[in-house]
Amino acid sequence: MDMSQYLDIFIEESKEHLQGMNEILLKLEDTPEDKSLLNEIFRVAHTLKGMSGTMGFNNILNLTHQMENVLDELRNGKMEISSNVIDIIFECFDQLELYITQIENDMTEGNISSDTLIKKLELLLTKDNSGKKDIEVNSESSIQKNRQEIQVGEYVGNVIETAIDKKLNCYKLKISLDEKCMLKSARAYIIINSIEKIAEIVDSNPSIEDIEDEKFDLSFEIILITEHDKEDITKELTTISDIESIEFTVLKKDNITSNANKNDDQSSLKEEITSSNSSSQVEQPTENKNKKAKTNKTVRVDIDRLDNLMNLVSELIIIKTRLEDIDGSVSEDKQSMNEATEQLERITTSLHDAVMKVRMVPIERVFNRFPRMVRDLSKDLGKEISLIMSGAETEVDRTVIDEIGDPLIHLIRNSIDHGIEETEQRIKLNKDKTGTVKLTAYPDGNSVVIEVEDDGKGIDIEKVKTKALNNNVISIQQSQMMDDSQIIQLLFAPGFSTADKISDISGRGVGLDVVKTKIESLGGTVEVESIEGKGSKFIIRLPLTLAIIQALLVVVGEEKYAIPLNNIKEITTIHPEKIRRIQGNEVVLFRNTTLPILRLSKLLDVTDTNTEESEHSIVIVKKGDKTAGILVDRLIGQQEIVIKSLGKFLANINGIAGATILGNGSVALIVDTNSFF
Amino acid sequence: MDNLNDTNNQYVIFNLENESYGIAINYVETIEKISTITRIPGSQKYVEGVINLRGEVVPVVDLRKRFGFSTTEYTDETRIIILLVEDMIIGILVDSSSEVLTIEKDIIDNTSNLVNEGEDEYISGIGKVDNRMIILLDVFKIFDIETA
Repeated sequence: MDMSQYLDIFIEESKEHLQGMNEILLKLEDTPEDKSLLNEIFRVAHTLKGMSGTMGFNNILNLTHQMENVLDELRNGKMEISSNVIDIIFECFDQLELYITQIENDMTEGNISSDTLIKKLELLLTKDNSGKKDIEVNSESSIQKNRQEIQVGEYVGNVIETAIDKKLNCYKLKISLDEKCMLKSARAYIIINSIEKIAEIVDSNPSIEDIEDEKFDLSFEIILITEHDKEDITKELTTISDIESIEFTVLKKDNITSNANKNDDQSSLKEEITSSNSSSQVEQPTENKNKKAKTNKTVRVDIDRLDNLMNLVSELIIIKTRLEDIDGSVSEDKQSMNEATEQLERITTSLHDAVMKVRMVPIERVFNRFPRMVRDLSKDLGKEISLIMSGAETEVDRTVIDEIGDPLIHLIRNSIDHGIEETEQRIKLNKDKTGTVKLTAYPDGNSVVIEVEDDGKGIDIEKVKTKALNNNVISIQQSQMMDDSQIIQLLFAPGFSTADKISDISGRGVGLDVVKTKIESLGGTVEVESIEGKGSKFIIRLPLTLAIIQALLVVVGEEKYAIPLNNIKEITTIHPEKIRRIQGNEVVLFRNTTLPILRLSKLLDVTDTNTEESEHSIVIVKKGDKTAGILVDRLIGQQEIVIKSLGKFLANINGIAGATILGNGSVALIVDTNSFF
Repeated sequence: MDNLNDTNNQYVIFNLENESYGIAINYVETIEKISTITRIPGSQKYVEGVINLRGEVVPVVDLRKRFGFSTTEYTDETRIIILLVEDMIIGILVDSSSEVLTIEKDIIDNTSNLVNEGEDEYISGIGKVDNRMIILLDVFKIFDIETA
């Protein structure tokens, strides 16, 4: 049976639950007396336990189960909420997160053991508990009924007899599920799977297919052959929850009624057993292969937004009918045609907005993991830090959400590690001993701004300068010419880090340059503002969406290309005779700086370009501080374009970032100007 | 699985330089008339460019170039056969395409002893239908796709 249909839901929900528990526990840490928070965590943990149990993820099940025991003690006031307890519970959350990531990757929990954590939890329980508490185990009663007539088919009968002859144990199991059990078939699947680990199932009632299709009431029967005994099977099954009871019946030769042909050749039977054995083994890996990487990215959409989308589509249909009615020969139809086109334009714009809104997710999804991170960091570093977040409801495109997390983590760590001073130093400096990190997000026109601000020591310009000199990022002459803001920009240079001591939080020299590259790849920018002694502020500016951008359309030869507007610094014209050749490279003197000139026709092997013009159009593009002039034949104008990928087959084409479809239906390529530097 | 069996021995037949070629129908999505092809600078020589296929940008491979034939002008018969291979949508440019034939496995010849080594790299076999020889192509090799 295919579990993957439930898997997406499981992963999504578990993540939500974990996030929820993290948040509540953080609150609990601040207000330990609030019992309702404990109840809340307990409830969520219980749900998680149930879910993982249903899906057969036993590691998660065991860990949450043990965690639940501790939480229960806390809830009942039998245990003190100490920072030790909270730390351990946080550790459990991390472990659970690991499991879920693992499941997301390859559908299994992996081999990560949580034994040490479970021990820690157990230790908590025994230490803080004078009255020893019985750990509640999913109680299962196994009743053995001795003699019973059992009706089996001929083949099964033979197999059983052979097995008994070979001194293997044959049992008939009647497994009843709990009434409240949801996803009965999934549960049964897990049971059957666990049994198959230690035994061979020879028959079942109803048939395995029917069980998987949930065509059974609350119980089903299995006949199995195993070299293990009853206890082993019981042990295997007790880890599965939702089982009401298991009834064992030992099968002996004399309690099987079958019309078996006793003269049947035993060796051929044996063969069949082994062959069925091997076939089941072969099946398993292929099944796994199919399941891999099946999890999809999902977006939860507000129903109002979908309704809005629906409305717009129905309007679109109305317009379509209207256009069909216009026949074009009568003059008054022209008026009507114009009206219809106008309306169509209005609808497409709204439709574009509506679809974009569907893809938008509140940035909260990224922000909500930070309180936990800041808490851990401040503990590790011994600094007191409060994190103030605002604008978490600001919405950004789903693709941005997925990518922005890591750069923000970097920046926050950076602020805490490098920015905020040690507590003693803060007291000495007459600052509040608790450092503040502010995380703010707000929409600004067509972009979203995210700011990470700290009230630490700010950026030490001299230190940055010395460091840059030592690391050969700049030369002495350069350093004398640079002003403060230019020096601050050096922070983003590759291989730059100013932390005196290297910690595992930051200071390995891979930091800000990674942040910058990442954000630029998303079409955004990073800036720094800093006042020494007062703190520093990193400002990230991101486009609202990645799918639609403003671009400049240019003509080279007979081909049209689009250059993204955010890569363009300015547009100018120059006379051909002003172009000089220096060591084979063309440059012009532009506003007293030398500007390298690249001919787009050469970069993209365009033939038959028009070079006899009296003036060349130059598009000046930028990448960081570098600029270059791109020589094109003609400019068409600015246009909003929809980015389409060229697909896997044409991946890694140098100089081309993608394609877009123009108004006339033809395809124009988007130039990746960053690759020209 | 049943569906696959039904179409297992069916091939879309197209012409190129007066020869008939066949591609297993399982890979074929649609057959399109020629539209404006945008050149992709820096791509493989046999990639003719990309087309706009109902809002999707689809790369097109010129089979004439791929097989080293001389290129000709497009005609009214020129077609782009859109294939779906390994989750990639790719079009192939052919002289014309008309029919779908069922070629049973037992009338497909192995080519290894017919042509010199190296020449048969895109050919998976030769089918004989009513005195016609149909060269059956291996789509993975046409597009240089590594078979996993």
